Amino acid sequence: MLAGIILTLASLWYGQNHGLMPVQASNDAALVDGLFDTMMTIGTAIFLLVWGVLIICLFKFRRKPGDETDGPAIEGNIPLEIVWTAIPVAIVLVLGIYSFDVYNSMGGFDPDAAGDPGVQVAMLSEGGSAMPLMDAASSKKARHNHMALGIGASPDEIGVAPDVTVNVLGMQYAWIFTYPDLGITSGELHLPANKNVRLNLKAQDVIHAFWLPEFRIKQDTIPGIESELRFTPTRVGDYPIVCAELCGAYHGGMASRLYVQAPEDYDKWVQESMPIVENDSQTAADLEKLASTVALGENRSDADYLVPAAHQMGLDAKALEQLHYTMPHDSMRHDAISHELMPHDSMPHDSMLRASL
Amino acid sequence: MTTQAEMQIAPSAHAHVERKWWHYFTFCEDHKVIGLQYLVTAFFFYAIGGALATAIRTELATPASDFVSPNTYNSLLTLHGTIMIFLWIIPAGAGLANYLIPLMVGARDMAFPKMNAMAFWMVPPAGLMLVLSFFLESPQAGWTSYPPLSLMTGKVGEGIWIFSLLISGTSSILGAINFLVTILKMRVPTMTIHKMPLFCWSMLATAGLILVGTPVLAGALILLAFDLLAGTSFFNPMGGGDPIVYQHMFWFYSHPAVYIMVLPLFGAISEILPVHARKPIFGYKAIAYSSLVISFLGLIVWAHHMFTSGTPAWLRMFFMITTMIIAVPTGIKVFGWLATIWGGKISYNSAMLFAMGFIAVFVIGGITGVMLAAVPFDIHVHDTYFVVAHLHYVLFGGSVFGIYAAIYHWFPKITGRMVNETLGQIHFVLTFIGMNLTFMPMHELGLMGMNRRIAFYDARFTSLNQLATVGSYILAVSTVPFLINAVWSWMKGAKATDNPWNALTLEWQTSSPPAIENFEVLPVLTTGPYDYGEHQSEEGKLPPGASPALSGSSSGS
Repeated sequence: MLAGIILTLASLWYGQNHGLMPVQASNDAALVDGLFDTMMTIGTAIFLLVWGVLIICLFKFRRKPGDETDGPAIEGNIPLEIVWTAIPVAIVLVLGIYSFDVYNSMGGFDPDAAGDPGVQVAMLSEGGSAMPLMDAASSKKARHNHMALGIGASPDEIGVAPDVTVNVLGMQYAWIFTYPDLGITSGELHLPANKNVRLNLKAQDVIHAFWLPEFRIKQDTIPGIESELRFTPTRVGDYPIVCAELCGAYHGGMASRLYVQAPEDYDKWVQESMPIVENDSQTAADLEKLASTVALGENRSDADYLVPAAHQMGLDAKALEQLHYTMPHDSMRHDAISHELMPHDSMPHDSMLRASL
Repeated sequence: MTTQAEMQIAPSAHAHVERKWWHYFTFCEDHKVIGLQYLVTAFFFYAIGGALATAIRTELATPASDFVSPNTYNSLLTLHGTIMIFLWIIPAGAGLANYLIPLMVGARDMAFPKMNAMAFWMVPPAGLMLVLSFFLESPQAGWTSYPPLSLMTGKVGEGIWIFSLLISGTSSILGAINFLVTILKMRVPTMTIHKMPLFCWSMLATAGLILVGTPVLAGALILLAFDLLAGTSFFNPMGGGDPIVYQHMFWFYSHPAVYIMVLPLFGAISEILPVHARKPIFGYKAIAYSSLVISFLGLIVWAHHMFTSGTPAWLRMFFMITTMIIAVPTGIKVFGWLATIWGGKISYNSAMLFAMGFIAVFVIGGITGVMLAAVPFDIHVHDTYFVVAHLHYVLFGGSVFGIYAAIYHWFPKITGRMVNETLGQIHFVLTFIGMNLTFMPMHELGLMGMNRRIAFYDARFTSLNQLATVGSYILAVSTVPFLINAVWSWMKGAKATDNPWNALTLEWQTSSPPAIENFEVLPVLTTGPYDYGEHQSEEGKLPPGASPALSGSSSGS
């Protein structure tokens, strides 16, 4: 049947040529896109079938003026109903197995995802600060035992240590990247191309979601629970880092950049960014620089909105991550954050959270 | 049974009482009054929710945050979502159910009329609380209200949000009990369960979902209120609580809520298509039982909203499979509807246009729904505009198109007057174009990297966003012909006969609008609800006791 052939060809063509996905910057991206293309092909076929039937009905089965009789009394057709039950069952089966396979290849079943049991959770349980300290050492009670969250090592990488490990901290409204092996803290993520990377994700205040659209991976960062994303960037370039979970008024501004660099460029960046540990006074200009890279995407057009907040949060981030830097006044960061969080002065943020401790 | 048999002989005692306009503002126990109260109230809130949506799209016409402040933007999206779900679609479905179920099963009223009125009168305070919070301190944590964010955005606003939802949830539960008992116990004796109209089947499935799901939401909200107001730490990680538990409890209700919103309209579509295509419904039992299957499966798919949250691998796979399986009963319905109209003699009036438009747009939401079930793909698009597009294709394309189809279809029965078809068709064309223009570009936005719930966005997304904004303005304008049509036709429209569409279900066998206790004499079934074309040559098309206005002569469309 001609219509069937046209429908099939059109679906196959559109499934490959929809042009709806951003560039692929990792192997995971190619896997996900393969799955998406397949679903687009099937989806297009179903769409054309249903809309085709509706449009034919619109023209062909119009009631003639003056015809008051009913249509044929067809109440059903068991073989036909079995067919249109069986076809979706088959589609679902195929998509389920295909998705399972893609998920496995990406590293979804890595039993070691999200680190070792007991080391992943840190709750603030003592002291007067309203901010939870997320480093595991101070954890009195690890609520969650081992629970693999996120995307771990691909099956062929299991047991192999990643080439680069970066700790990612989500906070209102910035991402802070720490390279534990290098002692670097940055508001931008730099990664060497073609090296296996592991990101350990944490959140400081509310739930955020770490999304790399060009890498097709995303994971919520949840206060009190650690999660992981492991992948290999394959394409040099710079890419947006997006917070995908509503995290407050400036959620839309919580963005950063990922720079995937050739190994020599990456090494150069590492050299430039290594902290000069003996010098305990970082200049205000450095902080300013960090602050502006932290919270502002490069083509954010409403930078005005964010500069004051970013400045203060940059300080805050620095203070939290590198505790040797002395904060001028500890209360300042609470003020800054509660100001952002709570537009209404009647709601004292700190006392409310303290009350809940 | 005996009571019904007696009632059958005894004509309604109060048939002479006339319905006055002010009855609609009182605690009235008549299910038809309550049904209308629900529908009109829901539409009022729809207008508010729509105004909020228009403000959201106006903000998003430019990448910068320039129309409202980011705080206000979050209030807009929170109230838009909450109002559309809890004060528009769910009450509108309850309104249709209230109006139609007793008429369809041949009862004089619902099983518990007082409880029915109570259920309705909870909706206006719940809604007004929410709307007025906008002027006091509005909730800003999204309609999902995830802690810990919802514990930080302001106690007053969040508290109002919680109590408003608790009230409307209670209303929903009371309504569901009524639907369930009325459908199961109050059918005329001749109506076996397999002669029941499909709208009743789908309300049976909906009521079950409401009764299982809503108490869990209430539990989550009460615990959240304790965290918010009493300083407990059920969900607050600051004190050792677990925010993921809230998400599980929330979605245990809120995923089934999608079916609570769309199943009643599946039922309405199953009523409307056979009448205007003049053919029996294709595969009555398959469509009837697929509602129950959807209802059951709908209860075990909730964590697909949490694939990128605290959901371990094996749970991701379990919920992926269950979610995908829902495509099967849904497919049975869609193909059954298509087969129903195929080969029919279709009248393209406003009701039928919206019913067919429903299939056209809902199927897009269905396709993207299966895509979203696939975990690796969902990880990419979760919390992006792709999801926003999907959910609006389901809830606008599904529920709202269905509600409009139902209003046009039953308008002559409810008001005793015909709608203006020209205005109805303008309304349909504007809605169809506006809907697709607003939500189709959002698929691409999400895939390309635009996250949802943001007041400002990357400039590279500007043109598609502007397209969506234009679409939303068309949608806003599209309600104008509808409102004019509804008000004008109600006042001055052509008088409707008792059964203008020559339909076979029982609500059409009484007067238009129906008398106070629905039927002069309770009807006795002689045909099934969709036996079109089967009695062409026979004289006995009418059930005995039905209004003689049914016979042959018809005003058609």
